[in-house]
Amino acid sequence: MAATKSLQKRDSDLANSNRQLEILSNGIFKNGELPTFKDKISETGQFPLKAKKLEILQINVGYMCNQVCDHCHVDAGPDRKEIMTRDTMRQCLEVIKNTGAHTLDLTGGAPEMNPDFRWFVEEAAKAGIKDFIVRSNLTIIRANKKYYDLPEFFKKHNVHVVSSMPHWTRGKTDKQRGDGVFDKSIRALQDLNAIGYGMPGSDLRLDLVYNPSGAFLPGDQVAMEKDFKKALKDDFDIQFHNLFAITNLPIARFLDFLIASENYEDYMYSLVEAYNPSAVKNVMCTNTLSISWDGYLFDCDFNQMLDLPVNSKAKHISEYNEELLEGRNIVISQHCYGCTAGAGSSCQGVVA
Amino acid sequence: MSKTYYDPADLRKFGKITEWNEELGNKFFDYYGKVFEEGALTAREKSLIALAVAHTEQCPYCIDAYTKDGLQRGITKEEMMEAIHVGAAIKSGATLVHGVQMMNKVNKLDG
Repeated sequence: MAATKSLQKRDSDLANSNRQLEILSNGIFKNGELPTFKDKISETGQFPLKAKKLEILQINVGYMCNQVCDHCHVDAGPDRKEIMTRDTMRQCLEVIKNTGAHTLDLTGGAPEMNPDFRWFVEEAAKAGIKDFIVRSNLTIIRANKKYYDLPEFFKKHNVHVVSSMPHWTRGKTDKQRGDGVFDKSIRALQDLNAIGYGMPGSDLRLDLVYNPSGAFLPGDQVAMEKDFKKALKDDFDIQFHNLFAITNLPIARFLDFLIASENYEDYMYSLVEAYNPSAVKNVMCTNTLSISWDGYLFDCDFNQMLDLPVNSKAKHISEYNEELLEGRNIVISQHCYGCTAGAGSSCQGVVA
Repeated sequence: MSKTYYDPADLRKFGKITEWNEELGNKFFDYYGKVFEEGALTAREKSLIALAVAHTEQCPYCIDAYTKDGLQRGITKEEMMEAIHVGAAIKSGATLVHGVQMMNKVNKLDG
């Protein structure tokens, strides 16, 4: 059964990012049973990882969410109060207007729960960035009347919708994301399809994100996409464009689950055994910048949750300087193995 | 901790069998890898066959490996259990069909 409270609300040890980093550095990595990520990428001369030209600007507008998914790396939930203010959004807009990035990616929590979300989308859309993504959990669209018109709102601003869907069956989806999530997600997908999202040939992009429901790695993205498409079309007449298969990183609630279920060591072994040096070349932190709800800069959303700020003089959106950030050394720890396993993993799916 | 014949951690060491006979070990793993590639059967179908056989062979390593493999491929627990029943049906059928031999022998010996 999915949790009902965040780790933070439960006063869990793992709500503390230092504790998480300690776990990821000790045990099998400290006693040499497994190589650290730094040692592993050094074997192929890929240390230090360096940031390339910025392509994706990812902004986390708050950790509040209407769901409490079992494996959330954000530890998001209704009890999280960290919400981006309009002042910080204004600072982000300055950056959005001037960035060379081709993709703007809004995430959360449920980004739609930020009271200034619509204002921010309207303003950001004016910048005309090529690909404007909103990561929607789908259920928010059916959570309250005030959100029912979100599909139309997304359409009006030509937003690319990317949504989580752990499985095409009710049981597996509800187990990970909470009771009733599957039915609400199906209804939301049908609403999106009805106005053109996800339909073949449509410019209204609708992609789904699959992440495994337990302590195992995602299967082949192409095969999974085929299975998802067939099942959702046959059972619910739902269509979508692409499926992104994302690996669960061993942080926050997923780390909590791994430890509680005594799967932590096996999972880390799986990640290390599946290490793929060619995935390292395209790992997302090298072309992405993550901005937190309070305006701080991180190499990725995972580093944001671990409180590992960028290794640069520019640490906050108010000090933003793309040239200064390019070429910075990426901050790494053992969680990074999650992005280099198998075909690799990023917010845009596989990378190798 | 009590000693057991099977240690789950040994599954990770499977590849080490090549250390004592590199040629045959490598030939086996090449063959194994090739068998599980997508062919006339999908890799998904092969995974379910492997799971069923893992149970009829009662190999704990194979059960762990192909349960995980199935989950990675999005195979549902209902599909997995059905596959195991196929294995069980063949296994029990193979036992019972020998009953005909027993019946033949009884008929021959005892009319």
